[in-house]
Amino acid sequence: MSTDNRSGLHVDLQLTRGPFNLQAKFSAAAAGVTAIFGPSGAGKSSLLQAIAGLLPAQGSIRIGNHSWQDEQQYLPAHRRPVGYVFQDGRLFPHLNVRGNLEYGMRRRHNTAVPTDYDFAHAVALLRLGELLERMPHQLSGGEQQRVAIGRALLSKPALLLMDEPLASLDAGHKRELLGYLQNLQHKSALPVLYVSHAPDEVARLADHLVLLDKGRKLADGPVNDMLTRLDLPLSLDSDAAAVLSVTYTDYDSAFDLSRVALGSNTLYLPGRLSAAPGDTLRLRVLARDISLTIERQTGTSILNIVPVRIVELREQNPAQCIVRLDTGNGMLLACVTRKSATALQLDSGQQVYAQIKSMALPG
Amino acid sequence: MLNSADLQALAITLQLAALSTAVLLVLGTPLAWWLARTRSHWKPAIDALVALPLVLPPTVLGFYLLIAMGPDGPLGAFMTAIGGQPLAFSFAGLVIGSVIYSLPFVVQPLQDAFSRMGQGPLDAAATLGAGRMDRWLSVVLPLARPGYITAGVLGFAHTLGEFGVVLMIGGNIPGSTRVLSVAIYDHVETLEYGRAHLLSGVLLLLSFALLLAVYRANRRFRMMRP
Repeated sequence: MSTDNRSGLHVDLQLTRGPFNLQAKFSAAAAGVTAIFGPSGAGKSSLLQAIAGLLPAQGSIRIGNHSWQDEQQYLPAHRRPVGYVFQDGRLFPHLNVRGNLEYGMRRRHNTAVPTDYDFAHAVALLRLGELLERMPHQLSGGEQQRVAIGRALLSKPALLLMDEPLASLDAGHKRELLGYLQNLQHKSALPVLYVSHAPDEVARLADHLVLLDKGRKLADGPVNDMLTRLDLPLSLDSDAAAVLSVTYTDYDSAFDLSRVALGSNTLYLPGRLSAAPGDTLRLRVLARDISLTIERQTGTSILNIVPVRIVELREQNPAQCIVRLDTGNGMLLACVTRKSATALQLDSGQQVYAQIKSMALPG
Repeated sequence: MLNSADLQALAITLQLAALSTAVLLVLGTPLAWWLARTRSHWKPAIDALVALPLVLPPTVLGFYLLIAMGPDGPLGAFMTAIGGQPLAFSFAGLVIGSVIYSLPFVVQPLQDAFSRMGQGPLDAAATLGAGRMDRWLSVVLPLARPGYITAGVLGFAHTLGEFGVVLMIGGNIPGSTRVLSVAIYDHVETLEYGRAHLLSGVLLLLSFALLLAVYRANRRFRMMRP
């Protein structure tokens, strides 16, 4: 993901609050989701609040040709065209759903652009039709977040900021809202900063990742690079996983399997995917679900075997190694025991076969 | 029924309560807002000052006000300097006394309402493009409405029952500073128990009705709180 100087978002902020010190410099593309990822206390929310102008910070923020703050100026929060989705929704309790949606629409940040997100569109996209006359306290957590997202979109932001919008939801509502978010991502050309500490959300939504720890940026880059870089903490997690972009081919009704293409390889997923042939899908593949063989196995029950080249190998703990693999169409991670790695004499540059025990659409 | 002197006392009482409440809501709003938001180390001292009329005998308050409003006091000297009427034993003096006397009854419910709403709704409104004044009118005021109803009614009802302060700084001038509570006191002094009963009954019912309104309003609006 490249960002030239005139498009996209450029952030370079410093913020000190008591003992906490935040320094973050990164760029994000003019469209797509950039995840701000890190453990709690890393400064993710503070960063988002500083970008929105809710928390005063030093430094500069520029989006496209517009500067929100630099040495000369500091735009107050209400003059920055952001849509902010808070973790707790923050609907106005004295207004019904319609009133909440219209609040942002009446004060919208950009009255000049043609309305991709007019009221009816947002209501349809987020299925808010039946909720319009209800008061916020009559809504479930998931419904409140859908309204909050609609309200943010209707203010016609130039940047959408989402602060762990799924964190307060149960698993069912989380899945449902993730679907809406993915849908949204496909249908809008709006840059999104998405704060999260959940790797599965990141894998499903993000194109780009900014890794934050203790107020410092560790690294940023395309999501799968970040997930599979062995020098970054994500690959050391017991749930370390890679994200593969695959193309949906067809459904095999005889065995209830969906076929997807990864380059010239065919992979099988159980069940029928809700996709049309040619659709691009993301698969999340856990490192611990991949085993390596020197030769292509025959007579095995494992369906998905992909030839790969070992890029790098690193000890995860005394018992296990994590291996970064190049499929030719994206990186994968494999977790193998150190004993196996020694026995197979695994080394970088080597051609091996990755056997994928299972994989799933993330989320 | 009520004779004309008693009616006059009732009218003055209602005027005093209405005017004091209006002044208190205007002055109390920025004060309560500041108290709800500030992290200043002056806050505890200001909180204590605001709450002082709750515990202080009204006669003590009245005594200091009388001194201040007298010809040699700061307020009195100021009024003389600008060529105004002296404040002691005037209706204007009573309004000043009532504003101080009922201050906590107005500031505390407002402060409570402002701190209860927190910064969350204001931040949300700012990101949606609402400027400072807009946020106040579209978010703070509607969310603080139960607080304003409570503050207004309590301030009004409390001023109705004012006695000690009035006696010290207002005296007992019919048609100017003679309020209900003083009239009742006079009736008892002169053993006119019938008229004392009547006025006391009026005050009792009025106060009950007002408090009932507060509790009903609070119950109705509780669900709107964040």
